[in-house]
Amino acid sequence: MFGLEKKDATLLVIVAILTLFAPFLLNPFPSESAMAQFNAGYPDLMQRFVIFGIFAIGFNILFGLTGYLSFGHAAFLGVGSYSAVWMFKLLSMNVIPAIVLSIVVAGLFSLLIGFISLRRSGIYFSILTLAFAQMSFNLAYSVLTPITNGETGLQLTLNDPRVLGQSATADGSIPVTSLFGLEMRSTYELVMGPWTFQFNAGYYLCAIIMVLAFYLSIRIFRSPFGLMLRAIKSNQTRMSYTGLNPKPYTLAAFVISGMYAGLAGGLMASMDPLAGAERMQWTASGEVVLMTILGGAGTLIGPVLGAGFIKYFENIFSKINDTVLHSWFSFMPDGLENLVVMLVHPFIGKGWHLTLGLMFMMVVIFLPGGLVEGGQRIRRLFRRKDDTPAAKTEPAE
Amino acid sequence: MGILEVKNVNKRFGGLQALGDVNLSVAENSVHAIIGPNGAGKSTLLNCLVGKLMPDTGSVLFDGHSVLGRTPHEINQMGISRVFQTPEIFSELTVLENMMIPCLAKRDGSFRMHAVANMFDETELVEKAEHMLESMNMAGKHHMPAAAMSRGDKRRLEIAMCLAQEPRLLLLDEPTAGMARADTNNTIDLLKQIKDERDITIAIIEHDMHVVFSLAERITVLAQGMPLVEDTPENIKGHPKVKEAYLGEAH
Repeated sequence: MFGLEKKDATLLVIVAILTLFAPFLLNPFPSESAMAQFNAGYPDLMQRFVIFGIFAIGFNILFGLTGYLSFGHAAFLGVGSYSAVWMFKLLSMNVIPAIVLSIVVAGLFSLLIGFISLRRSGIYFSILTLAFAQMSFNLAYSVLTPITNGETGLQLTLNDPRVLGQSATADGSIPVTSLFGLEMRSTYELVMGPWTFQFNAGYYLCAIIMVLAFYLSIRIFRSPFGLMLRAIKSNQTRMSYTGLNPKPYTLAAFVISGMYAGLAGGLMASMDPLAGAERMQWTASGEVVLMTILGGAGTLIGPVLGAGFIKYFENIFSKINDTVLHSWFSFMPDGLENLVVMLVHPFIGKGWHLTLGLMFMMVVIFLPGGLVEGGQRIRRLFRRKDDTPAAKTEPAE
Repeated sequence: MGILEVKNVNKRFGGLQALGDVNLSVAENSVHAIIGPNGAGKSTLLNCLVGKLMPDTGSVLFDGHSVLGRTPHEINQMGISRVFQTPEIFSELTVLENMMIPCLAKRDGSFRMHAVANMFDETELVEKAEHMLESMNMAGKHHMPAAAMSRGDKRRLEIAMCLAQEPRLLLLDEPTAGMARADTNNTIDLLKQIKDERDITIAIIEHDMHVVFSLAERITVLAQGMPLVEDTPENIKGHPKVKEAYLGEAH
């Protein structure tokens, strides 16, 4: 199906179905219940899941296949965001031209940075990409202020000379982003008993693009080009003595993953038309590295899992505060309750980074293949219980 | 004129004269061995032939074209394949994938983007890789990771990968180094079989005299970076200069 092997096609269909029904799956708790704060099915967070999923899928094409660890991919995300916002300011509020421009600009920018950075490999390559990204970040804050609007960030105003559209709506407010008239922020709420499910147009646009991006990444993984990228990771000496030039292959992978990052940045701006320099900071570059490794570098589905995992923690764990903890542990005697709350306190709210850091350590130590390896181990465990004779190892998905 | 012509090649590393005026002519479709004691400059010479090192002076012609200043992958695409002392294979990939890479290099040249082609739909390519594995007695190991193979099999795979590109000149750098006697003999038989089956020139750098005398048609002896003598195996065996160069070595 779609030029894929059966196993890959199944995976694609599963991903498509999960993203389609995400508004249900991520909202398992009734909206008035105490557990409702664990619901992740609201538009803003769901959009972030799939957008960062795209970012991580692209990053994995470079890092997972060739093994070149870029520490500057957030620069391409930021550049994509700026391009998209400029398109909204100058051309129209339609998201399509904005997304196309953000991919093109990020592609050109990554071609330049990749061309220079790929003169070195290993740690030197990582440092070069990090340096370029930090340079972009600082430029966006200082000398490039006419383009980036510095610290305030690039936003829409009522005076934008929108060529194919109006500067302001009839009631004097800034127009919103849309896909040929379908507003990205429009949300349909479905109330079923105590449950509320939200279906957001912007989320579904991002989800469709993510499924397409995922499909393309499967095709790249299974293509001769993907084989060459894995060969680069495995043994560059043998590769060049087999008459293959590793450089253009690595550069192509770098540009493709840069374009994925640009797409993610463009989508981010399409959902919420503003762009700030902090999107290019090294912490943002580090985040996509964490996502990819946490999920499983070099696997197909791993980066998406990692992105969802980290974004869930960032948004849900950080919301839990001491009041919530007190209400959870209120069944305990007072002194014990305070003690437990005090012990749990560093891991929640602003301390969610600590929880994430510990989980990351656990994964790297016990599951070097990331969450995907965890899934495979569990599956193998069940297979063994079933007593099937075919106990061969599963190739990475 | 031979397929490979090395003329007056010099290479210095600081104060060390690694190669001094080396002249070498390898005749087409022959098996030519280069021997010499440790530090004689055998590996340096080989590295000058494949683009890893640039000689200070001199020329290296392959089939009438200079290889100097070209990168390893360009030289390989000219028709020179190299087998390394420790097998250089793609350990993380499966045996079949290992074989497909040289097949692709043969078909597509040094770079080609085909990001949406499906590798396993390319029947012709897979068939060629499978055929090659079969002819090297490696069938049935297609989906095994290359890292899991024995040392001898890795060597066999590396040679098979080189042959898949149909090179005109195969360079082997101590192909039996560190091998047990049985594996060494297998490798000798394999190389003999390759020689019988195809039009190929083989240049072999070797330490093991048993290997050299069972394969080579001509032998060049290097000592301290200089070619000492070049002759047939029969004449080399009793040559006084060769004995002198190897004095103290247990061969």
